[in-house]
Amino acid sequence: MKFKAMTAVAALLLSVPAMTLADPDEDSLAINGELDMVTETAAPAHLSDALDTIYSGWRFREDETQALQMDDFDNPGMVFADLGLDQWNKVEGEAGKSCASCHGTPEESMKGVRAVYPKWNETAGEVRTLAMQINGCRTENMKAEPYKYTSGQMTNMEALISVQSRGMPVDVVIDGPVQATWEAGKEIYYTRFGQLELSCANCHEDNYGNMIRADHLSQGQINGFPTYRLKNAKLNQVHARFKGCIRDTRAHTFEAGSPEFVALELYVASRGNGLSVEGPSVRN
Amino acid sequence: MDFTRRDTLALGMGAVALTVLPFRANAAADDAIAAFTGGAAMADAGVTLTAPEIAENGNTVPISVEAEGAVSIMVLAAGNPTPGVATFTFGEMSGAHSASTRIRLAGTQDVIAIAKMADGSFAKASSNVKVTIGGCGG
Amino acid sequence: MAEGVKPRVKAPSKAAAGEAVVLKTLISHQMESGQRKNADGTPIPRSIINRFTCEFNGTSVIDIQMEPAISTNPYFEFEAVIPEAGDLKFTWYDDDGSVYEDTKSVAIG
Repeated sequence: MKFKAMTAVAALLLSVPAMTLADPDEDSLAINGELDMVTETAAPAHLSDALDTIYSGWRFREDETQALQMDDFDNPGMVFADLGLDQWNKVEGEAGKSCASCHGTPEESMKGVRAVYPKWNETAGEVRTLAMQINGCRTENMKAEPYKYTSGQMTNMEALISVQSRGMPVDVVIDGPVQATWEAGKEIYYTRFGQLELSCANCHEDNYGNMIRADHLSQGQINGFPTYRLKNAKLNQVHARFKGCIRDTRAHTFEAGSPEFVALELYVASRGNGLSVEGPSVRN
Repeated sequence: MDFTRRDTLALGMGAVALTVLPFRANAAADDAIAAFTGGAAMADAGVTLTAPEIAENGNTVPISVEAEGAVSIMVLAAGNPTPGVATFTFGEMSGAHSASTRIRLAGTQDVIAIAKMADGSFAKASSNVKVTIGGCGG
Repeated sequence: MAEGVKPRVKAPSKAAAGEAVVLKTLISHQMESGQRKNADGTPIPRSIINRFTCEFNGTSVIDIQMEPAISTNPYFEFEAVIPEAGDLKFTWYDDDGSVYEDTKSVAIG
């Protein structure tokens, strides 16, 4: 079985341009020429047996794509953060509240929030992603309908909240009450899925920097989510991205918001501990 | 019929000849150009088209055009199902006669910019953009 | 009016008299090309913004005729000459008849 999977990987990774593009580039990212982003740093301790250095996906993109994230006006994701702000101020639900009713301005109340999610919610007794927490607020405090997990409204709100933490290091906790979930996520990361028998690690740990057809494989870091992709010209929610990846191994995927993806998000986020929060980032 | 080695070689040469015929936009692009220029000759200099050599995704390709003294600039993507992209008409309060936008390209093809000058003459520039197909499509 | 359409404009609030300034605009819009089909094979009808204009105190800066090959969330960058204090007016025209507008005031100084 292992040989078969290796053949599949070899077939996918046409190595023609790999000699010239085998590594992340050397560019550095400063947003609007002033907000410096950490796109390369030492891997967190829990990864030390697998990787020495972690890189933002930004470093694997072409110059034209990189440029789109270097200026907040050129970044199309920012218009969705603006739409998120409209949603933030809108009263919805039976409690007659908006996000602003409790949280004031996002600039004050949401700084640092994106950097530490997913995290343990003591009251609920569960690990919550940022999307779950947004919906928790909507259903519990506003008595409003939850957003669909990967909807435009959800990614707009995630973008608004992420912007407040841009440049801060991702810093998710992996022990204590979240440890079991983190272990479950790690298990999924290294499990081969689908007819192609590919795990997350096969592409994003073993082969980052190589070409998968015409695409330059990144480490699959999620510090830039929600991510504006040129491919579909919209903000992409991280669980929707996971789904796309697993689908392309020709597997049945987990659902957005499922316990499996919550665990995977916690684990993958922790692989990026130390990189800057970039959301909304721009990728191909 | 049986192909001899020489026949096959000749066929191959014919195919090569076909592929090196001078560049021609498709019929719809030709029509759009004719409608814009009225069939007038186009100079090779006077308009600048900037486009990436390789586009990471054909859905969002940054391009810019500039033509000093132009009244308007038409941009075409000859290989798209419909070749029209945009026509920029510069007004009295325009600064440099330049503009940038992001366009969709259905595949590797030539992007064409034609400038109409204030004196009624035309200039043309074209740029080949290679559109790559993503990895696994996720 | 199409849903979730929001314009963004970047213009300087001040310019020297006669200065050429860079303007950037972006509007969230699907720009449905008319080339796509939905899951059951029916073509999705074209629905795009077909024209964008910018004026300064009522005089044209740029007038752009837009085709379906303009990407989703249309972006434009161009220059305007600012001879005096006044207003830049930005207008987007949708296939469905909707008109979206934004205005930026520029002072001289």
